[in-house]
Amino acid sequence: MLIEQLINGLTLGSIYAIVALGFTLVFGVLGIINMAHGEIFMFGAFIGVMITSTLNAPLWVAFAGAIIITAIMGYMLERFALRPLRHKQGVSHLAPLISTIGVSILLENLSHHLFGAGNHPFRASFAEISFQIGSITVYLVQIVIFVISIVLMITLSFWLGKTKAGKALRATAENLETASLLGVDTKRTITMTVIIASAMGGIAGILVGMAFNSVTPQMGLSMGLKGLAIIILGGMGSVRGAMAGGLILGLAETFIVVYGDSGYRDAIAFLAIIIILLIRPQGLFGQKIST
Amino acid sequence: MKGLFKKLVGFTALSSLLVLSACGGTGEQAGSDSEGGNGEVVKADVGVVSFITGSGAAYGEAITGGLKLAQEEINAKGEVEINLIFEDSAGKQDQALTAAQKLINSDNVTAIIGPTLSTEMNVVGPEADLSGVPIIGTSTTAEGIPQIGDYVFRNSIPEALAIPASMEKAVEKYDAKKVALMYGNDDVFTKSGFDTMKKTAEEMGLEILTIETFQKGQSDYNAQLTKIKNYNPDLILASALYNEGAVIMDQARKMGIDVPFVGGNGFNSPEVIKIAGDSSNGLIVATPWYGEKDDPKVQEFVKKFEDEHGKTPDQFAAQAYDALYILANALKNAGEADRDKVRAALAETKDFEGILGNFSFDEEGDVLMDPTVLVIEDGAFKVFE
Repeated sequence: MLIEQLINGLTLGSIYAIVALGFTLVFGVLGIINMAHGEIFMFGAFIGVMITSTLNAPLWVAFAGAIIITAIMGYMLERFALRPLRHKQGVSHLAPLISTIGVSILLENLSHHLFGAGNHPFRASFAEISFQIGSITVYLVQIVIFVISIVLMITLSFWLGKTKAGKALRATAENLETASLLGVDTKRTITMTVIIASAMGGIAGILVGMAFNSVTPQMGLSMGLKGLAIIILGGMGSVRGAMAGGLILGLAETFIVVYGDSGYRDAIAFLAIIIILLIRPQGLFGQKIST
Repeated sequence: MKGLFKKLVGFTALSSLLVLSACGGTGEQAGSDSEGGNGEVVKADVGVVSFITGSGAAYGEAITGGLKLAQEEINAKGEVEINLIFEDSAGKQDQALTAAQKLINSDNVTAIIGPTLSTEMNVVGPEADLSGVPIIGTSTTAEGIPQIGDYVFRNSIPEALAIPASMEKAVEKYDAKKVALMYGNDDVFTKSGFDTMKKTAEEMGLEILTIETFQKGQSDYNAQLTKIKNYNPDLILASALYNEGAVIMDQARKMGIDVPFVGGNGFNSPEVIKIAGDSSNGLIVATPWYGEKDDPKVQEFVKKFEDEHGKTPDQFAAQAYDALYILANALKNAGEADRDKVRAALAETKDFEGILGNFSFDEEGDVLMDPTVLVIEDGAFKVFE
């Protein structure tokens, strides 16, 4: 039972981590919280459902489709909801936040309209593959989710730390004007960031659909709030923080059910935030902001 | 000053409207009364308050569809002639109250059928009771509705009656002793269903192994289910709406939990089979309405409804249909369209054979009938024996 619950917790935590990675990327570069990220994640899940059950296409097509469509959504988000507000006189620094909330409401209602309010099952034969270790059933999907989250984290860290594009991104995050004076195409860098973050949301969406067999238009909101909690917990803008925060939250939520009361499951995330903010206001892996 | 003027104009307009509609009403009423006393055909105006527009318009459509069908049949028989006056409540308490007041005071109806929601009934019921107009709820399942007053009735089975019926049958068949409970703790409906389940389980002497909760829209139930699996229950009692319930069953079956589930009315939907597929096998629910019953009356109703609306009638259509028959029966027994006489006749309704089954009112005006218990087998709802 303990090992089974550990697997449950790691699966949930890995999904949280992938969602949080998308959040932290956008926050790290733009300094804004992208409230539409949860809804883009939800769209990724729905596209996966549509491609696998309506078109009966294999799973890799679903992944490719979800990545492409969520990437396009990311571009649209940046082009129409964020860029018009950047460097405008008299625009409050909260305006992009509000504008992403607007996008999230739009997307949720759009998916109500397109897919209906009910729950959509995710029928992929891949999700049924399991093997038995002793008395424990492990699903291949659970392992794949864990591996994908680790791979994404390592790739992101490498990309940010070692490649030219990653360095440009970090330079943009540090100071937009200086970066553009030094020859970084900041507009392109920002667009790329939002697109990559959205595509990661799409991947997370499909993984959730497969692991839990449940896709609804409302799933974006709760996942979005959890993602937000995780980046505060792990440190805003930190890749390792998002990963560690995701896993901690997933395991904590699972074990509160095992040893405590399932009614407190959702409270644990926010309780953890309060404690972390009291002890370490910059988050687990965050850097102190000096002004 | 300007605001006051606006208010004045509004008030004058409103009051003149009221006077106008009141005039229209008295004219109609005079007609129905004079013939009602003759002892031949009992003619009566019956008001209907229903959720016709807005988010719950599907309920209103089913209810009005069921009522119109019953009206045609009753009027064709020639013993009672019912004139239905429809009013829309849009699912709002204030609008339901206004609609009921209009029916009571200006249309002078003999009785009211509706409103759709229990929250609406909580404001309309007292008003009708105060005015001495019999009112029958056809879809109001919350606790305390018939207790509002002597004139308030309902023919919709409350959860408190449906859940114990399904639990008793399931426990008897599977010889269950240990149960695990699961419920959505952020919804009044699933919470009250859980209270009933817990109370019934305690009364039946079942051992409650664990109580797990979840929230609306949750997608991962593995932690709760792994815990339940370890306790090895004979039955799982789940007070969930079908969206969450279907996913719970799917994840439970995948995990290797193969015991039957007992659910409340919110779990009772063909959607469960659509979402969970084979995993839904073994779900036991009690329902007031079963359209595949081998009863000519039921089959005739289903056929007529399908011909007219192009879809199979749900419980709301069936309950509305039966409600009008119960009222027609009371009108016939009362002999005239008098509110007090109709109330007395309604209260005496006993062993009425409708499409829902054998129906009686108890002394409070609440439902006395045995719900049908269904189980999902091979991807379809079947009668649970």
